Amino acid sequence: MTRESRWTGFGFLALLVLLWEAAGQYGWVHKLFFPPATKILASFLQIVVSGEVLGHVGVSLWRAGLGYALAALVAITLGVLMGYWRPVYEAFEVVVELLRALPPPAIIPVAIVFLGIGDQMKVFIILFSCAFPILVNTMDGVRSVDPVLIRTARTFGLAQASLVWKVVLPAASPFIMTGLRIALAIALILVVISEMVGATSGIGYFILDSQRSFRIPQMYAGMLVLALLGYGLNRCFLLLDARLMAWHKGLTARQR
Amino acid sequence: MLEVRDLRKEFQPLSGQPVVALGSVSFRVEAGQFVSIVGPSGCGKSTLLQCIAGLSRPTAGRVLLHGREVTGPPEGLILLFQEYNKSLMAWRSVLRNVRFGLENRAGMGRAEMDAEARRYIDLVGLKGFEAHYPWELSGGMQQRVAIARALVRHPEVLLMDEPFGSLDALTRIELEDALLRLWESLRATILFVTHDIEEAVYLSDRVYVLSHRPSQVIEEIEVKLERPRNQLTTREDPRFIGARHHIFELISKEMAKA
Repeated sequence: MTRESRWTGFGFLALLVLLWEAAGQYGWVHKLFFPPATKILASFLQIVVSGEVLGHVGVSLWRAGLGYALAALVAITLGVLMGYWRPVYEAFEVVVELLRALPPPAIIPVAIVFLGIGDQMKVFIILFSCAFPILVNTMDGVRSVDPVLIRTARTFGLAQASLVWKVVLPAASPFIMTGLRIALAIALILVVISEMVGATSGIGYFILDSQRSFRIPQMYAGMLVLALLGYGLNRCFLLLDARLMAWHKGLTARQR
Repeated sequence: MLEVRDLRKEFQPLSGQPVVALGSVSFRVEAGQFVSIVGPSGCGKSTLLQCIAGLSRPTAGRVLLHGREVTGPPEGLILLFQEYNKSLMAWRSVLRNVRFGLENRAGMGRAEMDAEARRYIDLVGLKGFEAHYPWELSGGMQQRVAIARALVRHPEVLLMDEPFGSLDALTRIELEDALLRLWESLRATILFVTHDIEEAVYLSDRVYVLSHRPSQVIEEIEVKLERPRNQLTTREDPRFIGARHHIFELISKEMAKA
């Protein structure tokens, strides 16, 4: 994004905020449900400064982070195995395709039955839903590794384990990063959903609880926190991606 | 030192009769020689190298390296591919690509490997490009990286599968001479596959000509041209022209059968 287009974007955002403010101030909409932007911002400052929301954000980040990390571990491992060894693929394919077809919120009732409504359930839901995009992308990435590269590694005497570690994984890493990026957004969605189903902490709970106790500005402020959180996480991921995958960006830029 | 005995390789297509790529191929390569294999396209040259490199199991026959049968990729033998853009690791710099040639060897520290890798990068004429990525280099330079990566390992036998096939004519000439210089100073044994008859004669001590599929060796030609060879005088030598003429006729006859 160029500097100019970003400023245009910020300008448009400011315009929307002004409209929102006016709609609240002049009573174009129900003032109780659409409090003016200044009220929401005031609430936002209050919950941030008092630290009230930070605890919730911390808890949500911990759950999402743990589920995401476990998903990455499990899905990359299985994805490499399925992509590299045909028999593993054949054994797992049907199960994976069936489970993948399930919309993740649908497993929440099952997870509650087995794991209760505590952190385990939430981490499990996040793990489950993040695993599939990572798995499928890893598998595709491993399959797309050029046979010449594999043969080259073999002629240099690499055993299977180091061949996977030193050649297959890095060669598939651009695909794996794509999966990880998709999963990041999913982790955020699922942590909020699971915290709205049964929880006494977390940003999802905070938003729902604000609504239930009729603290409407605070509910919007919570959403603002969530939006900033998602934006920030995505930016961090992109920075890391630009760092780690610099070679791939250079390579694809050359090929174009 | 390297012996190929009655090598046969069949492929089973999805339907129909098996395709016999290699009928019965036999030949020998002596230590320190530069040997080329030429043949009409589709005669199974690449298949042959894959079998010798232990990357593909022959249907029948044997490959012997120092009298021991090759059943998997043997120590001391490296296969270098035509597709340098695929065989190099795009995520590794030139230095780290060359270092890869040493990495799975026990008993060498990283500093030692890097020093050795730098020495070979220098030998193939890429000094100053250590930190570059392969995709930042031209095709000829990329293939030099692949050659350095193979040679840094001090292979006894270097198998080369049409290594200069996708390079332009001038780069090809440059790399032919670079390869000969390296071969003369390092004294490796090279088995070189090409479809370019002149290239085969120019580089080699001996040329084996393969027939059309199912292939076998139809002739063995000793190339008694002095070394170091010269792109102009060697190629103008009557013996060079004679060998080229002879091989060309053999292959034309084979291609007519196809």
